[in-house]
Amino acid sequence: MGATPVTDDKWATEVLESDKPVLVDFWAEWCGPCRMVGPVVDEIADENGDSLKVLKLNVDENPFTARQYGIMSIPTLLVFKNGEIDKRIVGAKGKAQLLQDLNAYV
Amino acid sequence: MSDAEMTQTHDVVIIGSGPAGLTAAVYAARANLEPIVIEGMVEGGPTGGQLTLTTEVENYPGFPEGIMGPQLIMDMRAQAERFGTRFVTEDVVKADLETKPVRLETASGKEIFANSLIIATGAKPRRLEVPGEDELWGGGVSACATCDGFFFKDKHVVVVGGGDSAMEEATFLTKFASKVSVVHRRSELRASKIMQERAFKNDKIEFIWNATISEIKGDNGQVTSVVLEDTESGDTRDFAAEGVFLAIGHIPNTWLFEGQLDLDDEGYLLVDEPTTRTNVPGVFACGDVMDHIYRQAVTAAGTGCMAAIDAERYLAEHTDAAPDMPRG
Repeated sequence: MGATPVTDDKWATEVLESDKPVLVDFWAEWCGPCRMVGPVVDEIADENGDSLKVLKLNVDENPFTARQYGIMSIPTLLVFKNGEIDKRIVGAKGKAQLLQDLNAYV
Repeated sequence: MSDAEMTQTHDVVIIGSGPAGLTAAVYAARANLEPIVIEGMVEGGPTGGQLTLTTEVENYPGFPEGIMGPQLIMDMRAQAERFGTRFVTEDVVKADLETKPVRLETASGKEIFANSLIIATGAKPRRLEVPGEDELWGGGVSACATCDGFFFKDKHVVVVGGGDSAMEEATFLTKFASKVSVVHRRSELRASKIMQERAFKNDKIEFIWNATISEIKGDNGQVTSVVLEDTESGDTRDFAAEGVFLAIGHIPNTWLFEGQLDLDDEGYLLVDEPTTRTNVPGVFACGDVMDHIYRQAVTAAGTGCMAAIDAERYLAEHTDAAPDMPRG
């Protein structure tokens, strides 16, 4: 199933008001490293659905949210807890490294 | 590939998935050597290598209208796969070259054994190593204009460097940025004529000669300025900018092999020219990891082909069963 797409419109309900921590993958079609991280994020979504909600936001189609959180480089992964950024991970990483970065949530 | 298949000893294992590694894979696969390509994830740069971070490639023969770098790599990968190459999308974290077969270990702990090894690990962008760079990485400091240029719409950005990649990044960034200032430590560029002319003709690009960046300053995690240092007078000044794109050369990905393979002063693998043989029999090197002079997609592909042929000959001399390499 993988990470679920989220949009500017749904941001508040899907992310800020979520009971569970939310991992958001900021990505775009034209970003080579994003295409490598995407499948890893999908796997993390499938394997950790109980503890972590995993979403992906296309920065081309949703520039408002990307700007609001000062995204200047993709891929960027943000973890939100109670509507606040709890963790920021910039750049492509392998699964083992990502899981290590996310160990507080998975 | 199942774990059982993986733990057999393979005739040819290739580390790296840029044009060198993938061309080696095409040749080795067509020789029925059933190569494994360990593609890498992050440690040595992105899977697919530096071409995946470029846009239009205009100098790879066979594409009169040019081709997008990521597309070229995807096509090479498909070509290698067509002849039976198998891929492992992981980083190698350890390489034992003293043993026969050679033993590799991946980030997830997989062991892979190889009768011959082709190293095509390439190079990754060099960092400035100045205060503020790490803290502001992803907050305006970047080594990938094609990834991050989008976020600098109507902003003023700095490109550091004087080679082809600096000119390419600067020219690309003018699509988004209001102004691009190229900071170069010398008074002339190293870039090719055509790339220089393109940059000089672009109204949005200005040049700051004889200057280096000694610090990157930011506010709230976002770049606000850089400190420029004049290489002649040593004078420093604050220069407002919202983005800093690095194009100051590359560092070869050879840390796995330090102490095992001969390296030159800059860390590039040394080979027994004109072959691709390293100082360890059965271990070959191709592409940017052994070439700090040409560093082109087409030269990487060329040395990749050479490495596959060298590996095939080595296997023929050291095993009875290695099949002939079909050519042409």
